[in-house]
Amino acid sequence: MKNIIKQINTLAQKIDRQVVLMELCGTHTEAVARHGIKKLLPKNIKLLSGPGCPVCVTDQRDIDAVITLALEGIPIACYGDVLRVPGAMKISNIQYPISNISLDKAREMGADVNEVYSTEDALELQKKKPNLVFFGLGFETTAPMTASAIKRGLTVYSSHKAFAPAMAALLDTPQLKVDGFINPGHVSAIIGVEPYKKLLQPTTYNLQPRKLPQVIAGFDANDVIITIYMLLKQIAENRAEVENQYVRVVRPEGNPKAMKLINEVFEIKDAYWRGIGKIPNSGFEIRPKYSRFDAKVKYENIIERLGSKASKSYLDALLPSNSGCICGAILRGLKEPQDCKLFRKTCTPENPIGACMVSSEGACGIEARYKENQNGK
Amino acid sequence: MCLAIPGKIKSIDKKTHHATVSFNGIEKNINTEIVDVAKGDYVIVHAGYAIEKLEKADALETIKLFNELKNDKFPMSNVKSMTKLK
Repeated sequence: MKNIIKQINTLAQKIDRQVVLMELCGTHTEAVARHGIKKLLPKNIKLLSGPGCPVCVTDQRDIDAVITLALEGIPIACYGDVLRVPGAMKISNIQYPISNISLDKAREMGADVNEVYSTEDALELQKKKPNLVFFGLGFETTAPMTASAIKRGLTVYSSHKAFAPAMAALLDTPQLKVDGFINPGHVSAIIGVEPYKKLLQPTTYNLQPRKLPQVIAGFDANDVIITIYMLLKQIAENRAEVENQYVRVVRPEGNPKAMKLINEVFEIKDAYWRGIGKIPNSGFEIRPKYSRFDAKVKYENIIERLGSKASKSYLDALLPSNSGCICGAILRGLKEPQDCKLFRKTCTPENPIGACMVSSEGACGIEARYKENQNGK
Repeated sequence: MCLAIPGKIKSIDKKTHHATVSFNGIEKNINTEIVDVAKGDYVIVHAGYAIEKLEKADALETIKLFNELKNDKFPMSNVKSMTKLK
């Protein structure tokens, strides 16, 4: 390992300018922090986290819609990570004077909210609770499981998202100062390499795409360090290609069976990303063919009530700037956790304000938990 | 969210696609619907599903590369061999 660090140092000297590499996947951010990788890198190589924490990018409206269903007495199943993520709806009671509600708080208020590890667990739970709604979220790594469960009769509120459109949106952000992407390993195991290559090609919308080096990476410390080396090599040689470091898992074509499941059950629609806004063609919505398992259709009347409640104060609450939280800028790589006034002051892992602090894969939560590993900042 | 762990398939029910997968001795019931696998294969498991078969040869190649990195001369050709797609 020492030797490859030496190679990285040589390349960094050769490049001789500040280089910013973005970890697109929250699991990579976690790996970088856990292994103290930032400390091993030369001064001019900087790592930045991006939008790849699925819980962090789940829009408040989706969280509030699921909470509304829960408060109406509909049993909910969800992954544990999303439980404490605050929505934009406020509650005011004895316990919480004025606070943004989360699924966890809804549970304390008596709602039937169940943490599950997998859709299989949700299907099992549905046998006991026939009107159970599963809160489906995540990128292509979890969308196939939800698709399969829908085919087997699980009712789902889908907040699933496609990953590559978020990268396209990042590339369209002029302020973004990034020189290369560390691409997510397990999203890539499903989607393969083609969607990333498309980002390098001109489209009807974007005739001059920003071409940045991309390397699909595994999750070991070794994987991440080799990936950094491969990205620097591309930068030093003035190349912008999609390379695959994680060949032991990621095939060029991805997982066609999983993609088939996704495409059979979901259709691509525009979607809202928390703190980022609307990204075209980035959401997986349940196809009309399966609408009887679509909680958004089944409980349209309840969810609509949330819409009618959408007063100006509610819509204002969706704007992250109003709480001082800068999650949106952090998810887009424009700011870092330390740039936030709330970071480790009023926003802590114990009392999170923004989604980036709640999730185990959020940039702020990771920064707070591993502060000694991150250049001592 | 996207952390996935490798395990070895102990037994598999071809009808239901459910398999018993061992993770360092801890056994779990895993859905193998989206992969073509058999008993004895290694799989990467995420949220209750095997998402990809772990090719033994690829795994060994990676291990070999990691071992070579320990030596003084780092062979560039090996990094190239890991980047099959160009």
